Amino acid sequence: MYSALQEVCDPAIVAIIAALFIGSAGIPGLFLRPGPGQMIATITTVLAALAGLPAALALLFAHSTSTFVLAWNLPFGSCELAIDPLSAFFLLPIFLVAAAGSLFSLGYWPAADHRATERGLTFFYGLLASSMAILVMARNGVFFLMVWEVMALSAYFLLVTEHEREDVRRAGIVYLIATHTGSAALYVYFSLLACQTGSFLLPAAGSLSALPTVALVIAMAAFAGFGAKAGIMPLHIWLPSAHANAPSHVSAMMSGVMLKMGLYGIFRTLTFFHDPPLLWGGFLTVAGITSALLGIAFAVAQRDLKRLLACSSIENIGIVTTGLGVALLGISSHNAPLAYLGMAGALLHIVNHSLFKPLLFLGSGVIIHASGTREMNLMGGLGKYMPRTALLFLVGTIAICGIPPLNGFVSEFLLYLGFFAQLQATSMTYLVLLAPLLALVGGLAAIAFTKLYSSVFLGTARSQGAAHPHEAPLTMLLPMGIFALLCLLIGLAPQLGQRLVAPALAAFMPEVALTVYPAEYGVILGRLFLLSMLLLLAAIMVTLFWRWRLRQADVATASTWGCGYQRATARMEYTATAFSELAVSVFNGIIRQRVERPALTGIFPAAARCADLPTETVLERIIVPLFNIAGLSFAFLRRLQHGQMHVYMLYIFVTLFILMLWAH
Amino acid sequence: MITFADQLLVLVLLINFISLGTSRLMFSIRAVAAQGVILGVLPGLIHPFSWHLVGITAGIIAIKGLIIPLLLNRAVRSAEIKREVEPYLGYVPTLLLGALFTALSFGFASKLPLLAEHQNYMFVPASIATLMAGFLILTTRRKAISQVIGYLVLENGIFIFGLLLADAMPLMVEAGALLDLLVGTFVMGIVINHISREFSSLDTSRLTSLKEE
Repeated sequence: MYSALQEVCDPAIVAIIAALFIGSAGIPGLFLRPGPGQMIATITTVLAALAGLPAALALLFAHSTSTFVLAWNLPFGSCELAIDPLSAFFLLPIFLVAAAGSLFSLGYWPAADHRATERGLTFFYGLLASSMAILVMARNGVFFLMVWEVMALSAYFLLVTEHEREDVRRAGIVYLIATHTGSAALYVYFSLLACQTGSFLLPAAGSLSALPTVALVIAMAAFAGFGAKAGIMPLHIWLPSAHANAPSHVSAMMSGVMLKMGLYGIFRTLTFFHDPPLLWGGFLTVAGITSALLGIAFAVAQRDLKRLLACSSIENIGIVTTGLGVALLGISSHNAPLAYLGMAGALLHIVNHSLFKPLLFLGSGVIIHASGTREMNLMGGLGKYMPRTALLFLVGTIAICGIPPLNGFVSEFLLYLGFFAQLQATSMTYLVLLAPLLALVGGLAAIAFTKLYSSVFLGTARSQGAAHPHEAPLTMLLPMGIFALLCLLIGLAPQLGQRLVAPALAAFMPEVALTVYPAEYGVILGRLFLLSMLLLLAAIMVTLFWRWRLRQADVATASTWGCGYQRATARMEYTATAFSELAVSVFNGIIRQRVERPALTGIFPAAARCADLPTETVLERIIVPLFNIAGLSFAFLRRLQHGQMHVYMLYIFVTLFILMLWAH
Repeated sequence: MITFADQLLVLVLLINFISLGTSRLMFSIRAVAAQGVILGVLPGLIHPFSWHLVGITAGIIAIKGLIIPLLLNRAVRSAEIKREVEPYLGYVPTLLLGALFTALSFGFASKLPLLAEHQNYMFVPASIATLMAGFLILTTRRKAISQVIGYLVLENGIFIFGLLLADAMPLMVEAGALLDLLVGTFVMGIVINHISREFSSLDTSRLTSLKEE
């Protein structure tokens, strides 16, 4: 079928054209009245994605690389665009999430209600998606950096959509500083690469040796630059506030896809080198598991719905990085099963995260629409009024916690298999210890998302705003439904996931892909398929039985979680913060949740307030003080900026003069 | 013809000194307009006749000799200032510095690795000297209008350098450069308007209050 398709039209060209169409989708809207422009953009984006997705799938399974050369006049060598299976693999979430988010924005950010901001939002949204699609095709370092900047800046403009709010502007500034610090590292990275290879074209797979010191510097620069975009600890500082303050479909795009661009960079860099030393894998593993653990620990402490989701993104990126690190360890020590399982787990988790995280972020958009706040302590009881959203959101939360029969379980299962396989290995047996750590991460994720789901959807409303919400329109539910179905599909049929990652994995390490292990673990995943089916069947049976019992007996209604009291009020419910307090107290050394408790005196204490505020530890304890020190020690430089125009001219004049003297 | 061009360039240099040494803004503007007209004539002297050249000459004389001076005149009249009263650096020191820089630019130009056919003419030193004069005006004057004049002189210096390349320069590039100049003047005009409205004076030293604290 693929060959027939290729005869009709080259999928690579279809993918590029789809990317360009998505990028220009917002342009008509700039010249039209707000309403139709958004509709045109959405229709264009959805159609382009419908063409782009099959094209990307065809490219993924084509086992070949399509190369194009862009004619440009810049002095940085030829500008190659190429789509190999690794690029095609990353194209899938880009097209999917772009279309879903665009559809969602019709209901979430309608032009009629947001006349001032809708145009810019639609335009930059398309630009962001398109730049990411072109990014994974770019094979020239300079072109890569250009597209990277377009991506970073359009994300900034999306993020500051509600720039009249102070906290949004602050989040924007933090993002801008973080992303440009990362870009600075990338400038070093591409310059060093160009020094190594003699041109700005990215090196071919396995063409560089990892032994010289410069290779280590290149790897460190790549980790700093791409890691800052991916949000690996401690480079994640921009992530929680940025994801929390952007419009929800933009958060979905940033978390579901943009973070993956950082991971793509790391993956791509690792393909350049043959025989990576053990150190690299070890470093990535440690960084990954730390991110996972701390990310989810921070997530547990959050009381802002979207911040919680953002912190859980750090956790998921951490899991992917752990998988990648373990795979590298496997490659370095010629341990094929470890390499296979680590890499398959990492790649599959990328797909999974780009399915369930957009689902949850879009769901958070619906919730914020309904309740008018992001504060979980003020919500409650939404499940009664919006059952469909609640169901879809539940699918997302189960998936993200890694509970079968959903997709999050499959990728983590592969990682667990890899860790436990080390029990029989001759070397590096200590990697088994990662299994309990990953289990701890899973457990904390379960706490965080139980807190999220129960405080938002269950119980009774804790504030007036959340009291009488309405179900979301179809344009908002449909994208969520698609994500939920895909989550369920990969969860129920894990072999599909395995086949999806196989080509990208083969591009990464051909020697491992040819071994018996893919088939062997395919059998195990097949058993998982049976188990998932059994679980689903059991769930359906229990539901039917419960319905049947419900019809048999008399049903009495009482207030939710009333606990038998006569006059229970919403104020008596456990709040989200109360639910997670115990778990947070375990990590108090890192999270430092500030709780302002009133001092109770006398027999009848007066009314008092209790408030809690989770700290951004890395940002507030390390980065901000460092910036303050830098600001103080470089204060003398500010004298250069004094507002005297003619002295500014003098600066230019003096520079010119020195240059002229220098020329002699 | 080349020697005549050299003599015109001497005139250009002299006009530099006029704009460096005068305190009357109207006079300064007229001097720069004259400089523009001379620059408009110059390409006709050094390159063989072509319609392309006629277009360039007409464009330059129209923009540099007429439109921009008219705009500046209007600005001077509407802002009701006649003189640059207190420059940062007095007129005599500015003139001396101008002379010094002109001498230096001749020295510098003789050391540049130029083509043989450009070696003996005054184009390169005159260009650098005019550029320097522009910079001097920009750095030593207080009034926004004087700064525009400095900018124009600077631009003239760059233009003289471009004359050497006029054969190789396509029309689009020149049109672009002229447009750039015109837009620059417009922007400065708007800036001048806003400065005088905000601070009720055209003194750019007042702009320090805009500095970020």
